[in-house]
Amino acid sequence: MPNYEELQNLITQVRRDILRMVHKVNSGHPGGSLGCTEFFVALYNEIMELKEGFDMDGKGEDVFFLSNGHISPVFYSVLARKGYFSLEELNTFRLIDSRLQGHPTTHEGLPGVRVASGSLGQGMSVAIGAALAKKLNGDDHLVFSLHGDGELQEGQNWEAIMYAAGKNVDNLIATIDRNGQQIDGATKDVMPLGDVGEKFRVFGWDVLEIENGNDLKQVIDGLNEAKSRTGKGKPVCIVMKTVMGNGVDFMMHTHAWHGKAPNDEQLATALAQNPETLGDY
Amino acid sequence: MKKYTDQGKQDTRSGYGAGMTELGRTNPNVVSLCADLVGSLKIETFIAENPERFFQVGIAEANMMGIAAGLTIGGKIPFASTFANFATGRVYDQIRQSIAYSGKNVKICASHAGLTLGEDGATHQILEDIGMMKMLPGMTVINPCDFNQTKAATIAIAEHNGPVYLRFGRPKVPNFTPIDQTFEIGKALLLNEGTDVTIIATGHLVWQSLIAAENLENQGISAEIINIHTIKPLDDKAILDSVKKTGCVVTAEEHNYLGGLGESVARVLTQHHPAPQEFVATKDTFGESGTPELLMEKYGLNNKAIEAAVLNVLKRK
Repeated sequence: MPNYEELQNLITQVRRDILRMVHKVNSGHPGGSLGCTEFFVALYNEIMELKEGFDMDGKGEDVFFLSNGHISPVFYSVLARKGYFSLEELNTFRLIDSRLQGHPTTHEGLPGVRVASGSLGQGMSVAIGAALAKKLNGDDHLVFSLHGDGELQEGQNWEAIMYAAGKNVDNLIATIDRNGQQIDGATKDVMPLGDVGEKFRVFGWDVLEIENGNDLKQVIDGLNEAKSRTGKGKPVCIVMKTVMGNGVDFMMHTHAWHGKAPNDEQLATALAQNPETLGDY
Repeated sequence: MKKYTDQGKQDTRSGYGAGMTELGRTNPNVVSLCADLVGSLKIETFIAENPERFFQVGIAEANMMGIAAGLTIGGKIPFASTFANFATGRVYDQIRQSIAYSGKNVKICASHAGLTLGEDGATHQILEDIGMMKMLPGMTVINPCDFNQTKAATIAIAEHNGPVYLRFGRPKVPNFTPIDQTFEIGKALLLNEGTDVTIIATGHLVWQSLIAAENLENQGISAEIINIHTIKPLDDKAILDSVKKTGCVVTAEEHNYLGGLGESVARVLTQHHPAPQEFVATKDTFGESGTPELLMEKYGLNNKAIEAAVLNVLKRK
């Protein structure tokens, strides 16, 4: 049984990290980060089998790829709190000479990151490649990936979706953050995506939904269900509904905080809604 | 002048295929990817002998580059292959972010480069690929001149840890470099010593330079010929040593003069030893349909164009 209280404390602390990181440099993407906090905390602390330390090849462990790299704040916070690098380094987010670039990269050698992302739509292809390498290596661990829903507007995704199903890449679990928002507005207004799950299904994927991706139990149960469906000939897709900006009332249900940092007053309000649990960095 | 013998015309893409066959037998980490052009890339033998190490991605080059990047995570050495046009311009951002910036050990193997693709026309005849690839930090750019050298280069890049762009072509051209040669990335090859002019050529234009040099010799002009198979990293020393001796240079490539080998040579000379230079290259134009020979004639990329460029540059010495 997962220790929900402990994980919930971590989630609250990660939200504080995200808010403080973007506030400090007055840039970055809090909205999607806050919406995916439960997912990241569950994935790294409950779902993935991970080795001690970090090596690029990731043999003998599960690996994860963040395709929508702009939600780097949640990724960095969860990696740091998992021990991939020091919490103090979160202070360097987006500053010059930092390993914590605006969008994640391998270029500065940050442990936990295996490919650069930020230019959207490329992560699923990379995840497929890593999954194929695992098969060649006889490594029965899994490959996880996360993608924004708006990101699916990039055509490369559909090349990858076709490939994964057509070539039976069944050691891959791709999660779609279905928050319904993107920079210019609601996805239904900018470029309607229709029924995302059905689209994956007709391409040949095994699809499941997490109705509330901000409910920790639902996220853990959904990810475990997805794991149980791997190795059966089909790649697995999770359509996970989240609320962008979740956990900060004035950031929720709007695209306004996709790529905008809170000011001092807004930060104070947001932090008050997420009281310190494990200690700020 | 040193004589080179045509051992029989072969296509450089078949040199790539032969190199892949050997790698399939000798290096278990080498994997091959192709976007629906297996026959054109001549990799049938590799596939037949190593079916589990071949990934047919269909007509989806962006996905192919991403999958190749992912395969390196787990220790594979992916050779991602298609036509040069679809291996570069179509997927520049995928190469930039997922391969070059991410420092992935992917070999981008590009056939049918340049005008000599021939009848298919300008939609497929890329003349900008060297420029795009050489501008990517960390990318090695190689354009071998014949079958034997392409085979050797294919084998050599598997041992190089880092992204590589390997460019070759479709037509059957003279095969004149040694069989089973050792290929040293970044090391220019001095094919003929001369005193009046340096001809620096890459790819299919190397053989044309040899013909040009013979004709020039008959006119009493001594041409030094350098085969630059590696455009990046460029062998600055070989270029400077030669031009310091001859005092002028002609560069020859099947590529736009903007962004190609010629500009790289010009940069080296401008910085260290300014000298007159003429460019045998396409002049900021697209290609068109036609036979390879007639296209190279029309766009000024053959031995005659090299001779004319030499006569021009000599006047500027």
